[in-house]
Amino acid sequence: MKTWMKALTALLAVTGGLTLVQPAAAQQAGTQFMGILGYRVGPYGANGAAFFTGMIDYLNLINERDGGINGIKLSWEECETEYNNAKGVECYERLKTRTSTGPTAIHPMSTGITYGLIDKAPADKIPLITLGYGRTDATDGRVFPWVFPILSNYWDGATGIVKFIDDQEKGSLKGKKIVLLYHDSAYGKEPQPVLEAEAAKLGFELKMIPVPHPGNEQQSQWLQIRQYKPDWVILWGWGVMSATALSTAQKVGFPRDKMVGIWWAGSEIDTEAAGPAAEGYYAASLNLAGKDFQVVKDVEKFVYAKGKGGDPKLVGTVLWNRGLAAAMFTVEAVRTAQGKYGKKPVTGEQTRWGIENLNIDQNRLDQLGFGSMVPPLKLSCADHGGSGLVRFQKWEGAKWNAASDWMSGDRALIRKMVEESAGKYAKEKNITAGCLKG
Amino acid sequence: MFYREAGQFKTSYGADQALLPIRQDRYGMFILLAIAFIGLPLFASDYWLTAILIPFLVFSLAALGLNVLTGYAGQLSLGTAAFMAVGAVATYNFELRVPGMPVLVSFLLGGLSAAAVGILFGLPSLRIKGFYLAVATLAAQFFIPWLITKVGWFSNYSASGVITAQPIEILGAAFDTPMRKYLLVLAIVAVMALLAKNLVRSRIGRAWMAVRDMDVAAEVIGIRILRTKLTAFAVSSFYCGMAGALYAYAYLGSVEPDGFNLDLSFRILFMVIVGGVGSIMGSFLGAAFITLVPIFLEVALTEANAAFNLNLGPGVTSMSQLLVFGGLIIFFLIVEPHGLARLWQIAKEKLRLWPFPH
Repeated sequence: MKTWMKALTALLAVTGGLTLVQPAAAQQAGTQFMGILGYRVGPYGANGAAFFTGMIDYLNLINERDGGINGIKLSWEECETEYNNAKGVECYERLKTRTSTGPTAIHPMSTGITYGLIDKAPADKIPLITLGYGRTDATDGRVFPWVFPILSNYWDGATGIVKFIDDQEKGSLKGKKIVLLYHDSAYGKEPQPVLEAEAAKLGFELKMIPVPHPGNEQQSQWLQIRQYKPDWVILWGWGVMSATALSTAQKVGFPRDKMVGIWWAGSEIDTEAAGPAAEGYYAASLNLAGKDFQVVKDVEKFVYAKGKGGDPKLVGTVLWNRGLAAAMFTVEAVRTAQGKYGKKPVTGEQTRWGIENLNIDQNRLDQLGFGSMVPPLKLSCADHGGSGLVRFQKWEGAKWNAASDWMSGDRALIRKMVEESAGKYAKEKNITAGCLKG
Repeated sequence: MFYREAGQFKTSYGADQALLPIRQDRYGMFILLAIAFIGLPLFASDYWLTAILIPFLVFSLAALGLNVLTGYAGQLSLGTAAFMAVGAVATYNFELRVPGMPVLVSFLLGGLSAAAVGILFGLPSLRIKGFYLAVATLAAQFFIPWLITKVGWFSNYSASGVITAQPIEILGAAFDTPMRKYLLVLAIVAVMALLAKNLVRSRIGRAWMAVRDMDVAAEVIGIRILRTKLTAFAVSSFYCGMAGALYAYAYLGSVEPDGFNLDLSFRILFMVIVGGVGSIMGSFLGAAFITLVPIFLEVALTEANAAFNLNLGPGVTSMSQLLVFGGLIIFFLIVEPHGLARLWQIAKEKLRLWPFPH
């Protein structure tokens, strides 16, 4: 070994050793610390970057405009998960012991990571907020007290899409053929049971076609679709898969205005990458895009004007706005918890109570500057989900335009299936269902 | 000076054939085990145990399994993650469907199921070699996760195909804290590493190496190729299956079949290559390198970012971590193509002469 190589090896060993002794900077005392499991690299990096930039921009806004939550400043640390379950668990373990109050609440932003954390969260007393993804049956808060699939879950999305298609088909799906083109992962499999139930109930024919991760090659899947000749295609895509589906659809000549995506396949990142192929494509949405909200203007004024913003290009995009909303729900949960436990940094356990007792009505949304960006949210022990409302938008070549009002899917069917599925989980895990006290 | 075996006389065949013939090595191993079994549980934080040490041990076991197959028997395999998946899913089903099944027995049965599947996918190795065999094992890598997803029974009809590991309980003691899980994994890995070390020195191990070096010659001297190759596949898959079960039960807690993808197989192959092909110790060194260095780099870069006010966005630090890690792999492969285990061996040889080399 040459001398310089030895020197380099020694240097590596020393820096390695130092990082062991001193694991990351201590967070400022007296702040409300937020642990963020983010991802900005890999096939889903572009989606993650938009969401997490929005989230951090909102936290900055609270610090800059309001001086924190009731005077308690926010601090945060982001850990890169690469959308990989094992790395997600490592990040969670790293952040969970930061500060005496822990990471407040975790947004895993990945259905796979959510599954990995569901069993750890109760032991560590850290709530998980899964905004529009994750495990659907966790809506039953009596079995999953620590998990909050807020706003709408995948079954709301799936039945909402079916309802939307039903509306487009003038109220009859009998004999129609629908394809579910899905990302072959926990995420893509989540809607399948409810779609099967819907198919049996409404009399349409359902064919499910998986696309392996990351989904940038879909020739054979679209060949299958062409042979099957479906009336509609439901696109359950994520990251590069969604744009590829749209451009391959154009290649095989499937009309894009007969394709409906779930909300994770409905951002500018997906449609812009597909170019003109995306025109006419519908997607469900949890939140509206655009800059036409007071809170976005505030972020531009208090955060970006001061040079603290993440990336001005992302402001007002679908996922950036969703990140903003996700951060808002956490902040409001902390505020609710402060109302009960006093104006100091609250722990994960106290935040959990705050989330469960969230009640954000339209009035409060207007006060917060969100207006109609997201629907109101009211949670309880039995219902960790919320309204379940979705709204459809259509890509018109340059931007998303609303194609429907807020609407909900088959709530009765979902609730029945949620309780069945949660009951099965409780039995498998020996959990006695019940509400947690304060 | 310290590492010199002068004056240590071996008076029996037993002493001459000992696993660690040099006294300093024996003491070193005792100290290492004492640190691992007593020191670390006492002093390491939960983060260290759950996020660093447990995955390191689990991956060491998987790398050890692949090293048996690729390093000792010379059969290239890209199906490691698939065999891990078999181990994890089989363990889950044994626990779920057989009432009162002890979890350690489930682990063993999970490993044995993986061994059976390994033998099945090892059959082509009798006819094809090298890269062509790698492609055949690739079939396992795609087929097994697909099968587990396709047949709902394997995941107990979970909507998302995810299996959630049952709590570990051995003789009434719950292994639920990070420290207990770590000790369980450590004990299993230590025993299995010892077994592997002995196995490769035995008749079977010598047969593997003979087949690896030249299978025609091995056949001529009376080694049964069929049996030798298939035992290598069976033992290797057994180790990988156990690693998969531990990965699900002691580390992640829940796994989706999709998690056992080709990326994971490649990671384990890289561990073997970086650590040292055909070396038990290399499996551990390689696993340490591939699992720990990215974490340290990320922490170090975040630290540097904060300390020197570099104002790099989170995306930039994540990207540069990947760049530096890739560079490091190339660096170590240039410095020592035979892996970290070989570096360690060179260091020991130099240490024998230190401080007065000829």
